[in-house]
Amino acid sequence: MSPVKTSSGVETGLTALAVSLRGVTKVYDNGVMALGPLDLAVRKGEFISLLGPSGCGKSTALRIIAELSAPSSGIVRVARHEGNVQPGHGIGFVFQEPTLMPWTSVRENVRLPLKLAGTPKAEARARADEALASVGLADFADAFPRELSGGMKMRVSLARALVTDPDILLMDEPFAALDEITRFRLNNDLLALWRALGKTVIFVTHSVFESVYLSQRVVVMTARPGRIQADIRIETVEPRAEEFRTSAAYSDYCRRVSAALAPSYSGQSTL
Amino acid sequence: MNAQATVAAKPSGTQRALRFVLPVIVFAAGLLAWELVVRIKDIPPYVLPAPSVIFLTLIKDWVVLSQSLATTLLTTLEGFAAASIGGIALALLFNQSKWVEYSLFPYAIVLQVTPVIAIAPLLLIYLEQQTAVVVCAFIVAFFPVLSNTTLGLNSVDRNLAGLFQLYGASPPQTLRFLKLPAALPYILGGLRIAGGLSLIGAVVAEIAAGTAGAGSGLAYRIAESGYRLNIPRMFAALLLLSLAGIVIYGVLALVSHLVLRRWHESALGKES
Repeated sequence: MSPVKTSSGVETGLTALAVSLRGVTKVYDNGVMALGPLDLAVRKGEFISLLGPSGCGKSTALRIIAELSAPSSGIVRVARHEGNVQPGHGIGFVFQEPTLMPWTSVRENVRLPLKLAGTPKAEARARADEALASVGLADFADAFPRELSGGMKMRVSLARALVTDPDILLMDEPFAALDEITRFRLNNDLLALWRALGKTVIFVTHSVFESVYLSQRVVVMTARPGRIQADIRIETVEPRAEEFRTSAAYSDYCRRVSAALAPSYSGQSTL
Repeated sequence: MNAQATVAAKPSGTQRALRFVLPVIVFAAGLLAWELVVRIKDIPPYVLPAPSVIFLTLIKDWVVLSQSLATTLLTTLEGFAAASIGGIALALLFNQSKWVEYSLFPYAIVLQVTPVIAIAPLLLIYLEQQTAVVVCAFIVAFFPVLSNTTLGLNSVDRNLAGLFQLYGASPPQTLRFLKLPAALPYILGGLRIAGGLSLIGAVVAEIAAGTAGAGSGLAYRIAESGYRLNIPRMFAALLLLSLAGIVIYGVLALVSHLVLRRWHESALGKES
């Protein structure tokens, strides 16, 4: 069953939505119900986190939004620019691993989405260099991925997701494998980019602290099949900075989110 | 980075020298022992020729042997080219369609497991001798190319494949920018095996063709010299075959290293 997609919503107010999922489910071929039914609405320019235990289907939800996976039922709407019919151009995806092509340079990796879309080489190179500069890697365009640290590889991956200037950025536990200091720095850089570029970000994570620090809304999911357990708005003085991490408000939110998450882990043996 | 590399290169430099020098010493010692045994025991050359006699024969018969070497090398090269192109093309075809793979793969295995020495006489009946020899080299050498390329094409990172899908890559784009580069280390590994095997295939076919044909490859020289009890020439031809095999392997290993040195683990130094 193919999801229905329209750029103009039927109901008023829907046009302000970047992504809307209604009754979306995913059943694997082996009959396991992985997701849903899930209802989720994400406003344009919003930064939301999907938080939940491993295997709750949050990555699956992301893949469904990106059309990498088809939902078993339900309706998926993803807003796109008028005339922006090039597949994938409205969406940037950052995977859990950097997912770079090891056989070519950083610049070529970042240029890939443009190359696949047939953008002229000179323009694509310029835009790739621009995207690399935006993540602070302008000097590493000619390096090969293996010459970079884990954090730098993730930055390249982010630059590649940004190079098409997408409206929506989907991030699937992008910083999970990094050390804490690198993760904190990338968190701050991501927030700065989000404020500068105004993209809609859907960020999948299993870290309570990361989700509260980054997002305007934390959507807590249940264990498989993933449904929404709680939808918690994080309100604080913007722009957020390192001070927020140590504030009382931050620990309050973390406590609330953890409490909302606790039932998702009940019934599971301690892992 | 460069500074680190030179620091790390020092101990590995002596080790590299040892890896080169030690086999040479063993080789020289072996030759010396061989020469001494033949001279002390006064063994006649038609039983066991001394290394010096073999070397002299190599020079004396160079005109005949070099022609035979050229013939065998040409056959090997043709068989190798056919195996490379055929193996990669077939693997690409299998990758495009499961139906084709299921239909043809068992026969590829049958060809591989049937000893080529048993097929060669049949091929010589139906094909011209030179063609038959090349086909033999092809049969022996194409399977490692096919199976390695298939493995490589199936080893594409799942997330990278998803990325190409997300950005709407066409099948030719996916093949050119994703599958072939990802499979390249495997393909090169297959080619390295195929190089040696195509030489074996060529030799087997030449021996099967025997004296019946007009061909005059190195294997034919070995068989012919055997009938004439010209043992030194047998050894000289064997030496050339061995050297040809080493050179083929060395060239393919070098090509593989040059192509992969910037990114693949197999071609990277230990220090990085």
